[in-house]
Amino acid sequence: MTRGPSAFNRISIGLGLAFLYAPIVLLVVYSFNSSRAVNVWAGFSTRWYETLFANDQLMAALWMTLRVGALSASIATVLGVLAAIALVRGGFFRGRAVFSGMVYAPLVMPEVITGLSLLLLFVAIGLARGFWTVVLAHATFTLSFVTVAVRARLMTFDRSLEEAAQDLGSPPWRAFFEVTLPNIAPAVAGGWALAFILSLDDLVIASFTSGPGSTTLPMRIYSAVRLGVSPEINAISTLLIGSVAMAIVIYGVVRARKTA
Amino acid sequence: MKQIGAVRSSFAPWNDPASVPLVRFEGVTKRFGDMTAVDDVSLSIYEREFFALLGPSGCGKTTLMRMLAGFETPDAGRITLGGEDLAGIPPHKRPVNMMFQSYAIFPHLNVEKNVAFGLRMEGMEKSAVKARVEEMLALVKLEKLGARMPHQLSGGQRQRVALARALAKKPKLLLLDEPLAALDKKLREETQFELTDLQVELGMTFLIVTHDQDEAMVLADRIAVMDHGRIVQTGTPGEVYEAPANRQVAEFLGDMNIFEAVVDSVEPPMARLSGEGMKFFVQDDDCPAAGSKVFLSVRPEKMRISLDPPPAKTPNVIAGEIWDIGYLGDWTTYLVEIAPDRRVRVAQANATRHVERPMSWDDKVFVSFDPDAGVVLTS
Ligand SMILES: Nc1ncnc2c1ncn2[C@@H]1O[C@H](COP(=O)(O)OP(=O)(O)OP(=O)(O)O)[C@@H](O)[C@H]1O
Ligand SMILES: [Mg+2]
Repeated sequence: MTRGPSAFNRISIGLGLAFLYAPIVLLVVYSFNSSRAVNVWAGFSTRWYETLFANDQLMAALWMTLRVGALSASIATVLGVLAAIALVRGGFFRGRAVFSGMVYAPLVMPEVITGLSLLLLFVAIGLARGFWTVVLAHATFTLSFVTVAVRARLMTFDRSLEEAAQDLGSPPWRAFFEVTLPNIAPAVAGGWALAFILSLDDLVIASFTSGPGSTTLPMRIYSAVRLGVSPEINAISTLLIGSVAMAIVIYGVVRARKTA
Repeated sequence: MKQIGAVRSSFAPWNDPASVPLVRFEGVTKRFGDMTAVDDVSLSIYEREFFALLGPSGCGKTTLMRMLAGFETPDAGRITLGGEDLAGIPPHKRPVNMMFQSYAIFPHLNVEKNVAFGLRMEGMEKSAVKARVEEMLALVKLEKLGARMPHQLSGGQRQRVALARALAKKPKLLLLDEPLAALDKKLREETQFELTDLQVELGMTFLIVTHDQDEAMVLADRIAVMDHGRIVQTGTPGEVYEAPANRQVAEFLGDMNIFEAVVDSVEPPMARLSGEGMKFFVQDDDCPAAGSKVFLSVRPEKMRISLDPPPAKTPNVIAGEIWDIGYLGDWTTYLVEIAPDRRVRVAQANATRHVERPMSWDDKVFVSFDPDAGVVLTS
């Protein structure tokens, strides 16, 4: 019975994938080009990776991006899980509908507006722009994504499991850590990974909220590209793609093992 | 009063005015919206008692248990355990364990870890936990499946894990919500024996919910029959079976033939009734006065059936025709049509292998019962 996809399906899948990935493949291929010219293939070389690792500015931006991503994703995950619990478990409280609507607003808010409003806020409260403002800004806009992912999982979680844990002698907080959290862990990890990747990707909000000394990698790449595309940028982009892909694969494996 | 049925007669704290109940429900009511799930229930359960709650689906059995375990708060009344009011005590501080009707097995833990959970929570030493888990798994015959994850188990195996987990802490009071429903007959009977053994051995008190009246009869010291959130009758299995409080209890516990009748005359302990075109002569101490409308109920196994008419003067003889026969191996039940569309059920033990004149469909037969076989009910 396993007849595989029809020719039509194969062609459409192929075209779709090409459309999505051809530019990325091109970028990856040219990062190994030995020539400085971006459109002439002159043989395989890893020299751009070598100059990349010697480029302190780029490496600093990469390091900054990873730190911002990890920290903001962690903050967003804690707050997002709490928000999801309040939404699913809180029962009815005054302003519940408003709260649940507001949690999702950042999902559809144009980034420019989010960035601008955060900038205004930071200026208003006199917070000097730098590492922490970017972290806070990223935690703010990724929080809703975590909430959405965790909320969906919590809704299908059987509450009698928590009751059973309490019945067997664990206080509610311990029942949460022993029983609820392990069971919603895939969604929590997924939420964290999503927040991390979103933070890694972000150019607009970071541009609004960063200050001197807190330039993230997308900002550095963007400003470098304005002076002309260099293979070095291709190389670091390739690394970025590689790490995102890795994160997705790890997440997939963890998830598959959980459900196996 | 006459001793009814075969009961563990030495154990009857409920008859002793000096004994103090372990659990006491006093006028407990629980509403969900405008639905009253538990309605003014008062109930005493004594230490070391095996107490069964019996009743149709949705009558409030689980809700009653959940209030005792601490997951629901009564809207009225109070629940005490060992004399202490349970109000305000959170579930994890109550010395009660519950086996959930939905099993509620932790999906992220294997069988052993599920069973060990409660022991770990009370801080039991590792080696002791291991020993206890093994003991419990042996009890429910899951020794070989300790390393399995819950989703790799069958429904009956999952039910046994839930049972082992609830038993593991050996609580003073164990609440079992339909603990054996998913087991096959043989395993269920074995587990029933194990449960009674364990209960006697550990001096535990069991409150069990079941749909299965046979199970309630076998296991319980006393049975409470519930309906629509109320307790209709509480008593030993013998009492509720042989002296049901009303038609509903009578029909819920096994089969019952019910005749609508009017009391003609009463000469205690005997009474004469008539109804459905028949005359009845029964022995019942509590028969209401002449003229009352009553329901005469007779269990199928307390009726006799024969092809020949019984001797003249035999009371309570009904002529009819065999409408259907159900052969159950140990018993045969006959449905006898005594009037158009009016049938009674008669059960006969198959005491011999060969019957000289077997009865068959459409045979003319005579059904009779002794005066003390019937119970006169008023509602
Ligand atoms: N959380 C709840 N919210 C609203 N109604 C409820 C809730 N829990 C139970 N009920 C209702 O209360 C009634 C009693 O429910 P309960 O679970 O106690 O029945 P039960 O006797 O255990 O039935 P079963 O034998 O089917 O398990 C039912 O009508 C049920 O719909
Ligand atoms: Mg129930």
